[in-house]
Parts: sequence; C-alpha cells; structure tokens
Amino acid sequence: MSTYLDYLDENALPLMWCPGCGDGTILKALLGAFATLGLKRENTVVVTGIGCWGKADDYIRTNAIHGTHGRALAVATGVKAFRPGLTVVALMGDGDCATIGGNHFIHAARRNIGVTAIVANNLNYGMTGGQFSGTTPVGSRTSTSPFGHTENPFDLCRLAEAAGANFVARTTAYHFKQMGQLMVEALQEPGFSLVEVVSPCPTYFGRFNKQGSASEMWRSLKERARAVGPGGTEAPAEAGSLEAPPDDGPDAPILTGRLVSRHKPSFAERYAAVQATAARAGEGAEPDAR
Amino acid sequence: MARTAFLQGNEAVLEGALAAGARFYAGYPITPSSEIAELASWRLPGLGGVFIQMEDEIASMAALVGAAMAGAKAFTATSGPGFSLMQENIGLAVMVEAPCVVINVMRSGPSTGLATKPAQADIMQARWGTHGDHPAVALVPSSVSECFSLTVAAFNLAERLRTPVFVLSDEILGHMRERADIPDTEALEIWDRPRPAGDPADYRPYRPGPDGVPPLGTFGGPYVFHVTSSMHDERGVSANDAKTAAASVARLVGKVSRNAQWLPRPEVVRSGGGGEGGTGAGRPVLIVAFGSSARAARQTMLDHPDHPLTLFRPRTLWPFPEAELSALVDGHAAVVVAEMNTGQLVGEIERITAGRRAVGLAWRSDGEIITPEEIWAAVRRTLGGDGR
Ligand SMILES: Cc1ncc(C[n+]2csc(CCOP(=O)(O)OP(=O)(O)O)c2C)c(N)n1
Ligand code: SF4
Repeated sequence: MSTYLDYLDENALPLMWCPGCGDGTILKALLGAFATLGLKRENTVVVTGIGCWGKADDYIRTNAIHGTHGRALAVATGVKAFRPGLTVVALMGDGDCATIGGNHFIHAARRNIGVTAIVANNLNYGMTGGQFSGTTPVGSRTSTSPFGHTENPFDLCRLAEAAGANFVARTTAYHFKQMGQLMVEALQEPGFSLVEVVSPCPTYFGRFNKQGSASEMWRSLKERARAVGPGGTEAPAEAGSLEAPPDDGPDAPILTGRLVSRHKPSFAERYAAVQATAARAGEGAEPDAR
Repeated sequence: MARTAFLQGNEAVLEGALAAGARFYAGYPITPSSEIAELASWRLPGLGGVFIQMEDEIASMAALVGAAMAGAKAFTATSGPGFSLMQENIGLAVMVEAPCVVINVMRSGPSTGLATKPAQADIMQARWGTHGDHPAVALVPSSVSECFSLTVAAFNLAERLRTPVFVLSDEILGHMRERADIPDTEALEIWDRPRPAGDPADYRPYRPGPDGVPPLGTFGGPYVFHVTSSMHDERGVSANDAKTAAASVARLVGKVSRNAQWLPRPEVVRSGGGGEGGTGAGRPVLIVAFGSSARAARQTMLDHPDHPLTLFRPRTLWPFPEAELSALVDGHAAVVVAEMNTGQLVGEIERITAGRRAVGLAWRSDGEIITPEEIWAAVRRTLGGDGR
C-alpha cells in the first residue's frame, strides 16, 4: 500500500506556506488520494498556476508543469488532449481559476476535458498580499477593497455545473476525510471534475476581516459547512442540486459534498471517435462537410 | 514522391507541418491564417493527431506547451491580434524549453487594423514580444515552396533547440497560389528532440547536452520530470540565486547562437554585374528584403538589369545572419532595406552596417504590397547625386 509520502518530495520541505494556511492540508489530502488510487508517478501530471497554492508542485514527485497565472487548465488541456491516458490534475487558487483564468475554467468544463481541478479557494490573492479575487465575498476587506468589497463573488461550483462539468464537489480544508474521498472520486472521472476546497488564509483574508486566529478560522470552516447531496446530512436528495447559500458574506454557510455527478461523454471519448472515422476514411479523404 | 503542386502558402505550411511530424494543433481562428486551422482539423485526426480549437490564443499557446511535454510536435497559426495574446505563453515555452512552432501570417495593424491586408510589422514583436531576456528564432518564407520547406525547418529547429520557433509569413504569401515544389517526405531531413538515456532516477530535465540543449522526456514515459516557468536549477526546482539565474539565461540565449549553423542560410542574388567588380553602369547597391518584399525587390532587379544590384534575402530573420550581411556591405556603395512597416528591420541593418555605408529605406505601411518602383526610388535616393 502506498501512502501520501510516496508522492511527497521530502527534499523540498519545509513547506513555504504560512502557519495556519490550508494549503499543506490540501496537499496531503491530494497525495493521499493519489496513493489510494495507486497512481503511477510516470502517468500523472500535475499542472499548477501561480499563487501560494500554485507552488504545490514543488513538493510533488509526479510529472509537473508550473505554468503561468491563470493558464493551468489550458496547459493541462494540451497534455490531456494529446495523451488521454494520463491522469492530469490542475492546482489553482481562486485567482488563478476563477479570476484571471475564468475563461479557461468555463471552457475546460464545457469541453468536459478529463482534467481534475483542485481549487484552493481562500477568497483572496494570498501570494501577492491579499487583494480581492473573483470569489471574494461582498463587504469583505482585502488590500484592494479597504472599505469593503463591492462586487459579487462567483460560486465556482454553480459556474462549473452550468458550464458542463461532469463532476463538481466542494469541501473545506478542515474536512480532511471528505476532501480525500471527493478527490479520489474526481480523479477517476473521465470528464472534467472540480473539487473546490474552501481554505483559510489567516495571513491576509483572516487578518483583514478580523476572523481571529488561524485556529478560529479553521473552527469556523467546521461550523459553517453544510453537507448536501449524496452522503450529506442536510440532503437535497440528488446530486446536481446546488442551492445558493442564503447570503454570501464571509460567514455564509458552505455547502459541501458531491454536488454534481453525471456521465456526459468526455472530450477524449468523442475525439477518439473522430480519429477512428478519419482514419477509416484514409489520408486525404475529404470530410462530408467540405 | 516529390511533386509539383499548385498551392496556397497556408496550404503549404500545413503540408510542411505534417511532413515534419506535427501531430497537435491548438489555435483560435483569425484571418489571414484560418485555412491552416481548418486544414489541421481535417488532416490531423486521421493521422492519430489532435486538433483543438481553444477559447483564445492565450490558451492555444498554453496547450502547445502541455502537448509538447506530452510528446507532441505541436503548432499553432495566427495573425497579429492572436500573436499579441500568445506572447505570455511564448515566454512559458521558452522557459520550460517546450519545442513548438507558431505560424504568424502577418496582417496590417495596429490592433484589428486592416484585417485582410498584408504587413511585415510584427517582426520586432517576434524578436522581443514576450518579456524578459530570451532567444528568438523566426523564419521568413518568400514563396509557397518556402512556406513548405521553412515550416519543416521550423519544426526541426524547435525540436533540436527545444524552443518555440516562429514562421513569419504574411497575407500575400498565405493566400497566394503558385507552383510549389513539395519534396518526397522520405527524402526530408527530420529531427526529433534530444531524448534522455540512462537511469530515470538520474534524469535532470534541465541538464544540457553537448549542444547546450537538455534532453526531453515525455509525460507518460519512464522519465518523470518537472518543468517550471520560474527560474530553476537542473532538476527543474525553483532557484532564486543570481548565479543560477545568470547561467540559465546565458544558456537559453546561447543555445541558439552556438548552434547557428542549424539555421536556414540567406539567399544572395546578384544582377547587373552587381557586387564587387560589378560591370554594370552605376554604383552597386545592396538591397535587404525578406518575405513578400523580397519578391518586389527581385522585380526591381529585373526592371533595372544594367544597374548592379545585390539582394540579400534572409530566410532566418532572428537571429539575423549578421556576419553574412556584414561581409557584403563594403562591396557596395549603399544599402537599402525594403520592408512593409514603418522601418523595423532597418535599425538592425544600420547597427550591422555600423556607419560604413549609407542605409536607405523603402517602406510601406498601408496594407498594400510594396512595389518594385518604390524600392528603385529608395535605391536612387540612397545613392544621392544623380542616383547612379
Ligand atoms: C499575468 C500575471 N498577472 C499577475 C501576476 C501576479 N500574481 C501572482 S499570484 C497572484 C494571485 C494569486 O492568487 P490565487 O490564485 O488566489 O492563489 P493564492 O496565492 O491565494 O493561493 C497574482 C495576481 C502574475 N504572476 N501573472
Ligand atoms: S499568504 Fe495566505 S494563502 Fe499564502 S501561504 Fe500565507 S496563509 Fe497561505
């Protein structure tokens, strides 16, 4: 039995993240999910963007590309489209995924490309000093919304569902076991999968919003989580039911669990059929449409 | 079998890419390059390759990097607005040393500009468009045959150098049909990236081989590796110290200059007994032109057969074939640069000429092709006096 340690680059320790940050826990859950599935390092590709969570590849012993801010899913799409047999995982912050990379996010979901997006949503840009992102709640303070944020946040899971992702789940950094289980499921999904992990950034978001110590932030994640969907306690019966929280401020409840699970054909399945048809027709044969 | 075909430049580019072994295309449609995407979507799947139309050119360039690391010979085609969007991840390709080819069928700018008309105004963008110190390799075809052969060369260079390579064509070449010589695929010299050997545990993705180019593994193969857009050491682990940074940048830039013998050489054509010992009437003039402008310059030579004219036509624009040009300067009375922009290459030519001769400019930047008459007028102007 392998463990998360088989995928961890211990030479790269200590972790760069601040004490109390959620990223280390998410990393452990992810590597644990790799171990549960017995993924081969050779056949696994981690693609990261830029940000605190985007540094996670430094600690991972699979193949990896540390790319550009917001573009992890586009890089990952290139890998997966060319080699559908690989397990491809994109690690992004909320800035990476939902803000600068929002277009790639919705199109990766629409295309249903078999990439697993693991988004550490800490409600701000950690790496650059706590500015607001596309998921920052209205009213919260960040280093670029000192009077309180005036824009509405994205609900990443609803966005992914509407865009067409096959598998959508949310958890928090506190819910280590649930997080691992959801990651295991997501990694097996042939189409696009998202695991959004709501995660504490005590250094910026927590401090600016007077959320107390790091441990108080973690406790708040525990208390605000409402498990929904299959396996949840507060169950709208079916996966796919993504109710909006009653308010979306910093203290709003966090709906967790497997929120969407459906089986539309993935990009790879459909494209393989195109390749087969084209190969049968032979080189130089004109497609019907021409 | 070698064949003669009646092809459009854009078609010849696609044929060249397939002959070179390209199996992955990611792009976003834009005039005057779209035929390349359409043909790729048609031809690639039957070869087991992949065509993917991305959400924009930022994503297209990013996808090339991913596919290249997964083992593909990958390419895209675009024009000015898309080339601008690609700059960010062209830098990524440079830094992670991803072999890939970008075709820019240049059109008139700035911005949306004259979307259906030609220009040669992206040449400095090709050189310096992505930020930071970096090498640039750009090939400039001047005929439909060269759209084929230089695309093949671009893939070979991308693979051997592990760097993005540009083919700068333009709207005229892209859409023009003429006779093209398409060599037998078997007869082509095709290069693949250097591959690692030995124990996978010892593989260092950025440890250079003898040419200064590191062997490249393939995701899914036995060599597990990590590449990064951040400054890094041989293992691909980020490193912030000045020594590593200096060595990395020097190697990235140096791997192109030290292997300059791999780059397509310029063409030099003389007429009117031009050049040293010219017998024609008038003082000899060296004309520097590439791509479509070079075709106009050839016509200038035909129109004035008794004036000694030499055409220096680079096939590799970046790095510029500096030594070859420099060697010709002293044998001429003046140098004239012809380009379809307000004067981008001319600065480089002045630098190489270094005050030895007057350097004149024939330019045009209105979406129309530069004419042989305009080039002749610049020759006369630059010679001064009676223009002979
Ligand atoms: C094109 C570009 N713009 C801006 C930046 C600067 N930048 C680096 S990380 C970052 C935000 C990171 O926030 P997020 O993605 O939420 O990740 P976190 O640090 O919170 O984990 C920004 C704006 C950049 N690297 N590239
Ligand atoms: S700044 Fe925030 S997100 Fe970044 S390491 Fe520190 S706590 Fe974590």
